[in-house]
Amino acid sequence: MTDSRPVLTMTGISKSFPGVRALHDVNFRLFPGEVHALMGENGAGKSTLIKVLTGVYDTDEGTITLDGEPVSFSGPMRATAAGVSTVFQEVNLCTNLSVAENIFIGREPRVFGAVRWGEVRRRARALLARLDLDLDVSAPLGSYSLAIQQMVAIARAIDIQARVLILDEPTSSLDAGEVAQLFRIMRQLRDEGIAILFVTHFLDQVYEIADRITVLRNGGLVGEYLTTELPQLSLVEKMIGKELDVLEGIEEHSRRDLAALEEGTPLVAVSNVGRAGAVEPFSLTIHAGEVVGLAGLLGSGRTEVARLLFGADRTDGGQVAVDGTASSLRTPAQAIDHGVGFCSENRRAEGIVADLSVRENMILAMQAARGWLRPIPRRRQDELVDKYVKALNIRPADPEVPVRNLSGGNQQKVLLARWLITEPRLLILDEPTRGIDIGAKTEIQKLVTQLSDGGMAVLFISAELEEVLRLSHKVAVMRDRQMVAQLANDDSLDADRIMQTIASGSHREEADR
Amino acid sequence: MNATMGRYRAVTGHRLFWPAAVLVVMLAANTIYRPGFLSIELKDGHLYGSPIDILRLSAPLILVALGMTLVISTGGIDLSVGSVCAISGAIACMYISKQSDQNSLAVVLTALAMALGVALVLGAWNGVLVAVIGIQPIIATLILMVAGRGLAQLITQGQIITINSEPFRAIGLGHLLTLPLAIFIALAAALLVAAFTRRTALGMIVESVGGNAEASRLAGIRSGRVIFLAYVLSAACAAIAGFMMTANVSSADGNAVGLWVELDAILAVVIGGTSLAGGRFFLSGTIIGALIIQTLTTTVYAMDISPQTSLLFKAVVVIAVCLIQAPAFRARFVRRRRNVATPNAIADKPKEQVPA
Repeated sequence: MTDSRPVLTMTGISKSFPGVRALHDVNFRLFPGEVHALMGENGAGKSTLIKVLTGVYDTDEGTITLDGEPVSFSGPMRATAAGVSTVFQEVNLCTNLSVAENIFIGREPRVFGAVRWGEVRRRARALLARLDLDLDVSAPLGSYSLAIQQMVAIARAIDIQARVLILDEPTSSLDAGEVAQLFRIMRQLRDEGIAILFVTHFLDQVYEIADRITVLRNGGLVGEYLTTELPQLSLVEKMIGKELDVLEGIEEHSRRDLAALEEGTPLVAVSNVGRAGAVEPFSLTIHAGEVVGLAGLLGSGRTEVARLLFGADRTDGGQVAVDGTASSLRTPAQAIDHGVGFCSENRRAEGIVADLSVRENMILAMQAARGWLRPIPRRRQDELVDKYVKALNIRPADPEVPVRNLSGGNQQKVLLARWLITEPRLLILDEPTRGIDIGAKTEIQKLVTQLSDGGMAVLFISAELEEVLRLSHKVAVMRDRQMVAQLANDDSLDADRIMQTIASGSHREEADR
Repeated sequence: MNATMGRYRAVTGHRLFWPAAVLVVMLAANTIYRPGFLSIELKDGHLYGSPIDILRLSAPLILVALGMTLVISTGGIDLSVGSVCAISGAIACMYISKQSDQNSLAVVLTALAMALGVALVLGAWNGVLVAVIGIQPIIATLILMVAGRGLAQLITQGQIITINSEPFRAIGLGHLLTLPLAIFIALAAALLVAAFTRRTALGMIVESVGGNAEASRLAGIRSGRVIFLAYVLSAACAAIAGFMMTANVSSADGNAVGLWVELDAILAVVIGGTSLAGGRFFLSGTIIGALIIQTLTTTVYAMDISPQTSLLFKAVVVIAVCLIQAPAFRARFVRRRRNVATPNAIADKPKEQVPA
């Protein structure tokens, strides 16, 4: 692979935003027919490098060459036209348009200015067939899962005669089977000579598919390595920049006596709460100081359970009791009044307010609870914000920067701070560690442990079973929009048993057929 | 060198820089065309001159635009402000015209209170349509924009109501401390709105709702109340503007008062830096925006531009103002210049520079 000339080189790239130096003198090269992983913690500059490459941002300094020719794209469309296609982290497709329209939007085959819809559909089907996808190309994209939408985004990217394909965290919302399918496609494209730039936080995936790794840290280049020559442990050390003992730091404190925790009145008890089309009626009790894990596959109803408990969606029926007295959690505002907080998994659409500063985003929930007539005094705001910027190690540490200038992981921490400031009694965390790096992940896991030791109840939703097992006292398992089991996290519980519980229902279904 | 560059950037990067620069350029252009433009003289204890006229005439627009700023910040728009101006002016004039002593202060105050009360109800109507029923703001306020003109006609019974009330006339043409009273009213309204939004958490919450409605809901903000409040406030501002407009001419014409003021107000808000998509709002920017628009109108008259071409002239200037303010346009312009200076620069593939 190294014998050929690189198809793409970036030399001496620097880029600053107000208050943030995102990239400093970074070099990067990409060879045809390789999968090249770009690794780094949150805020290391991965997304910025990609946006500079594709022309979303201008560079402050540095050169980019494609096939030896210096280039500077004025936007992703120009980059795409030159053969550099990108599938961004947050899928940027229009869910209200059809699958075929999404693939060809902006470059529909035309005759005398009129779009040839038959041709659009035919070519869309052919493209998807290449990816082994059998979809109704006339159906709205929104009717398919996030994973399928991701595949459609890739189909859109490779339709253009792409020589460079950039995948920015394509796997963060995919389950294992879908990841395998994606990797098969990636290998196929690689063998066709396409250079693939792959960003992910899953180390295993890097070692499964990447030929070469470039590591960034704090906006600077750490180095470029062949995957075979870089053991996993040294990769993590290079990303974090310190010896790796943080992972060992989390004790398996979760094996505390569940029976002792579950004495007394539950903090929140719901029975037969459900919502048609979202999740079947379920019952659940959560006690103070208890961490309840919610396990299940993507789309199994985990998020829907969280939304019902927080009042983000209305329930169809059932009873809710807080501290033993019947209550209602029909709106988020009501839930917050009862001391419930909810960190959504969808941080861009349902979490941050991009325009507002870090400070304003942090105090938002507390201010909302107080009402607009009673503003939080500025000094109190600064105290709170300062405390959590330090405690959660949020970078950059300037709270007046618009939150949109922060990396994804730091935005996640800002959201976490928003809820911690309200001092909730039950904190619902929906995929709080998804798409963030191992350092931040460990910090968040530690935090959950500390909070529960301090008496806060936590509902912890994660696709990673190890994480759920490490933190939870009790694990509720979701399958096909039903809560199928609640398992005490004792010595007999491991990932295999949870997996079996998730799978057992589907076995039964197959038997029925 | 770097320090001066930094300071230069800090000044040009300020969000009020470009609106203020445009205003200064317009005033300068007027002064060149008519050297006496900026001169102010004291006559009968009152200050006179073009700058004073611009301030006085822009007062109603500033009022309307202040309320519009909040509505736009929530992600909405209020097309009905012109009609609200007409209705409130009509009610005030109608009531005064029916009284035997039109110069009585009590009569005028009663008239203003009645008209303001009705305006608040109209604002609440808009607020309910948008925040409770969930109609798109442009449609919801279009209803009152159209129906409101009819309502104003009904109140005046299709007539132009002329009154002869000294206290009412003062709202538009009176003086205080040598300056027109209207300037003080607009200034007071601006300070009031600023205090109301920035001394409380209302401003931040409005910006949050406009910036990301769903995230705000999930943070526990009861956005309906805030949006409702914005429309009520907008109608209140429009009502006071309506008093000024009718007081200027001592008559209420249901068809003419506040005609198209909603468009000027939206323009002032946008020139001031508030995005039509909602989110961050800038009251000071809005005021400068309103001053720019009034200066433009005054310029058109002062330069004897024929009435047939004046609207076209206004349009050209407005397009120029918007382009100068657009960062994307400036970036392209600057990049071009840099390319001309250094043909071998990195970013010089000409085909990449073609405007999309």
